[in-house]
Amino acid sequence: MFSLFLYFFMSFFDQLLQFFVSGVTQGSIYAIVGLGFTIIYNSTEIINFAQGEFVMLGAMFMVTFNAALGLPIPISFVISVIAVLIIGILIDLLIIRPVRKPTHISLIIITIGASIFIKGVAMLAWKKDYHAATPFSGEKPISIGTAAITPQALWVIGITCVVLVLLHLFFEYTDTGKGMRASAINPKAASLLGIRVKRMVLISFALSGALGAVAGIIIAPITFAIYNMGVMLGLKGFCGAVIGGLGSVPGAIIGGFALGVLEAMGAGLISSAYKDAIAFVVLLLVLFMRPTGILGKGEMKRV
Amino acid sequence: MSEKRDYIYIGILIATVSLLPFFLTNDYYLHVLILIGLHTIIVLGLNLLMGYAGQISLGHAAFYGLGAYTSGILTAIYDFHPVFAALIALLFVGLIAFVVGIPSLKLRGHYLAIATLGFGIIISIIFNEMKLAPKGTDLPMGGPEGITDIPKLYFLKYSFGLDNILPVKLGQVTGLSNVVPNLYAFNIVFDTDLKYYFIVWIFALLLLIISNNIIKSRVGRALRALHTSETAASTLGIDIQKYKLSVFVLSAFYASIAGSLYAHFIASAGPSSFGFHKSIMLVVMVVVGGMASIWGSIFGAAFITLLPEFIDALNNSVVKIQPELFYIFEDFDIIVYGLILMVILIFMPEGLTKGIVDRLKGKFSK
Repeated sequence: MFSLFLYFFMSFFDQLLQFFVSGVTQGSIYAIVGLGFTIIYNSTEIINFAQGEFVMLGAMFMVTFNAALGLPIPISFVISVIAVLIIGILIDLLIIRPVRKPTHISLIIITIGASIFIKGVAMLAWKKDYHAATPFSGEKPISIGTAAITPQALWVIGITCVVLVLLHLFFEYTDTGKGMRASAINPKAASLLGIRVKRMVLISFALSGALGAVAGIIIAPITFAIYNMGVMLGLKGFCGAVIGGLGSVPGAIIGGFALGVLEAMGAGLISSAYKDAIAFVVLLLVLFMRPTGILGKGEMKRV
Repeated sequence: MSEKRDYIYIGILIATVSLLPFFLTNDYYLHVLILIGLHTIIVLGLNLLMGYAGQISLGHAAFYGLGAYTSGILTAIYDFHPVFAALIALLFVGLIAFVVGIPSLKLRGHYLAIATLGFGIIISIIFNEMKLAPKGTDLPMGGPEGITDIPKLYFLKYSFGLDNILPVKLGQVTGLSNVVPNLYAFNIVFDTDLKYYFIVWIFALLLLIISNNIIKSRVGRALRALHTSETAASTLGIDIQKYKLSVFVLSAFYASIAGSLYAHFIASAGPSSFGFHKSIMLVVMVVVGGMASIWGSIFGAAFITLLPEFIDALNNSVVKIQPELFYIFEDFDIIVYGLILMVILIFMPEGLTKGIVDRLKGKFSK
């Protein structure tokens, strides 16, 4: 009797571990996407609904350069990131800057328009098919204790950690990073100190584009790449950022990972049909109980 | 706008709406006009919320869908009377809006947008996943296919024997036999698109007049006050939370009415019609028509509903000349859609109606 119980307990524990591993993998993507939202939100107060399309573009470029054109993985990685970075810059120059009377609602809808446009172009360019991306190093699962993890999931977690460290260094120790933080806190004061706020906005769009691309490139071998993959990834990364506290960089990271793990646990233990709903239920609960998120600043802004 | 001018506008609108079907050459146009009417109803409500009360909702398709689903389930599976079902849908949607609205409307700006977005997506996921008990020998309903076999709308199916007492049929007298089948208007089963067109636009006109009266009343002034400054409004004794919640519930009522009408019109209700994309399109209709503009609501609804049709027509004419271009143009509409959205908001952030009017004024004053 006891051994039977132990058996069930152990297998339950194994399952939990497995869910946790896949949750952390998915959470890495949410964290990176959420960071992209946060960086643009901090410099412009815009919620960039095209963030998910950056992810899709990263994955699509990677598939094209690596699988279709046969370039080696590291080179395709870099080219894809640069390509999406340029698209990020173009969005700021062509779409955000020319807006005559920017209001919250009109800026939100403009980024939605950009997202629809990019999705449409991607649909024409890559059709409505699923594209397989090559995993970075084989497909043989590695077992950690009782849970198995694919090499690609390790790449996802590893690259996410590297990206987070690089971002931290950028914001803490470079003049540009410090300038971006300053103009996020107070654009007027920052411009009085000689910081070119417009350029900071441009850099934030470039950075978000690059971040989104990285997320798409590393997740593509796990989930396949398709023209509409950005919608849910973008929205959930955004959920993570809001759960952690909109505008907070550590918040976006913690929120993203928390969301990934919660989602994997919920899908495994409660219902996989409602997996996509979990993120949004958590989002509403957080908003209603603590609107500023886990790590958000105490005071809410009047609009 | 003075009251007299309002009456003139409403008169012109009634005349246009009642004469338009007789100039149509294609039944499909009627279908599109009905969709415009349905969208107008939702946008009128959403514009009260966004344009007048200054609160954004990125989840309004959920209320539209809940109205359609409630009506559809009650009539198709439980054989309720359509009017009765629509009333239950109205109360149900209102209740949900009330419950969701209380915590959501305490949030401001972006946070309100996010909360309504989350709510809308949760509802659309529920639509996609729910399974209902099969009706008789039919397959179970719900899921991605949604609710099917929804009956046509009717008010009364029984003539009470009046057909024998009053044998004159209005339809025969006027010659409009497909519009008015007999003297008893309430006896009409709305089984043709033409009849449906009239009932949808009667609702749209009634709700337009109601909206117009609301914004001219004390309530409307209170809403505009809280839009400008909530603090100032509350010092003047306006119960902000109460007003915001009332408008939110009211706009959900509008969406529910449109939803019920939609369900009986299409005879089915599927999850794909009420998702995130639809919510966005509704907001776009409000913005394109112009915030805080009742007449703009019709324009916005018409413009955005017609846009895919225009692009389609354009595609067809291009493909006729160069058939090999078909595959390129097949999915072209989504690109043009995104492009137009961006262009309008970049150059005319106050909406197309106001934007064009202002441009014209600028030209004439030069």
